[in-house]
Amino acid sequence: MTTGNPDPLDNYIDAVGKALALPIEDAWRPAVKANLEVSLRLARLVDEFPLPDETEPASVFAA
Amino acid sequence: MTINSDDLSASEIAQAVAGGKISATSVTEAALARIAKHDSVLNSFTDVTADRARAKAKAIDAAIAAGQNPGPLAGVPFAVKNLFDVEGLPTRAGSKINRDLKPSSRDATLVERMEAAGAVLVGALNMGEYAYDFTGENVHDGPSRNPHDVTRMTGGSSGGSGAAVGGRLVPLALGSDTNGSIRVPSSFCGIFGLKPTYGRLSRARSFPFVASFDHLGPFARNVGDLALAYDAMQGPDADDAACSTRAVEPVSDLLAQDIGGLRIAVAGGYFQKNVFPEAVEAVARVAKALGATRTVEIPEAARARAAAYVISTTEGASLHLDRLRQRPGDFDPAVRDRLLAGAMVPAPLVDRAQKFRRWYRAQVLELFKTVDVVIAPATPCVAPKLGQATFVLDGVELPVRANIGIHTQPISFIGLPVVAVPIPLRPMPIGVQIIAAPWREDIALRVAHALERMGVAAAPPAGDF
Repeated sequence: MTTGNPDPLDNYIDAVGKALALPIEDAWRPAVKANLEVSLRLARLVDEFPLPDETEPASVFAA
Repeated sequence: MTINSDDLSASEIAQAVAGGKISATSVTEAALARIAKHDSVLNSFTDVTADRARAKAKAIDAAIAAGQNPGPLAGVPFAVKNLFDVEGLPTRAGSKINRDLKPSSRDATLVERMEAAGAVLVGALNMGEYAYDFTGENVHDGPSRNPHDVTRMTGGSSGGSGAAVGGRLVPLALGSDTNGSIRVPSSFCGIFGLKPTYGRLSRARSFPFVASFDHLGPFARNVGDLALAYDAMQGPDADDAACSTRAVEPVSDLLAQDIGGLRIAVAGGYFQKNVFPEAVEAVARVAKALGATRTVEIPEAARARAAAYVISTTEGASLHLDRLRQRPGDFDPAVRDRLLAGAMVPAPLVDRAQKFRRWYRAQVLELFKTVDVVIAPATPCVAPKLGQATFVLDGVELPVRANIGIHTQPISFIGLPVVAVPIPLRPMPIGVQIIAAPWREDIALRVAHALERMGVAAAPPAGDF
């Protein structure tokens, strides 16, 4: 049970898991959380880098 | 006199077959015999397409007998990572789940182009599940094993490709590289690998992983063979939305060109951290041979690696969202848990990673105005032991999986062409990245060829297995 868990990341995993209908068994949860912590730590490293508002994303599409 | 094709290069085979000195059928039978004899140890093949290979070889021999040109890869056996569509096989992409797919009705574009050049497909190769892997281990099929020490990893995710070429079962193989999956097995297995510019080679009818970064490319034991395969596979393809419309730019005839005028530098900073002495030694040998005394800083490489990680985990999660919902128990648990986490990364952070990618690309292109080639380690270490979870570097224990690709990710992040060249250290080889500006595969291959001529880069003989 994660209700009332003080770690907001656990609540976040619960909420997003439900919103996306992703099954997360209790046994998988520690590994999912550990991986999410890595992803968010690395994403923060990118997030904190200042970029001009005009910067275009580099995703590829040609009409 | 009977020619033994076991130790011939792809170009030697093609010349011998085209010249009528050996038949494509006998070359194919020899390759099938090597696979039958050695692959129970290397575990590099998941499918051997013997009937198809024999039929193709027979057709080549008939074409030669009829006076037709059999193509530049006449009778050359090759195999492909099992994420390439092969007609009649489900494209498993290293997974259990995909085995339930219908058999492919048509080959991948690159398989078609290799066979149009006369090559003979002999099978599909083991890989890490859904290519989300740097080890070459696979929970469903077992690990592919390193031909220089079968207790060690091949590297991944194109592990079977590394083992099959390094272990001399085939002279050529194809693989994919999203974050390093051609360059890492090339390094660990002591062979040459080419990750071309993003968009250069068609990915049509191959199973994707991260659309932003997915590349396909060849493995070989010498640069001439690598170029021969690369030339055979180039060209636009409307079936891959990211494939460039550039015309074919053949490189095979350019390899021997002098490299004296090229500006060559060693990557500093990030690329000189977290490396074992073997990687330092390999880069130093290459730099010395090329007379490269200059060091350049690729700006914000650590952040580039972080952004590549974020985009990979989120695009991978998007790709597999339905499978995560419907068959989570059938994934490799390590892959599943990474993908589930990837599905939870907020969208603005992914968008910022793609914006950072644009910024980083501009910086690196600016750097390439002052340099033609950048040298960097392909892996921080030689092949770890199978199952090894951590290694100790400078007294710090680090996770193996997370660190194998730290030097490859910032490069594929912006699609730069790279040749991974093997430096035959003992007892285990290790690779070095020869990195060029976009669309300059010719430069990277010429430098690799020069290193081969100087005896600095070479695919060492495989061990006993």
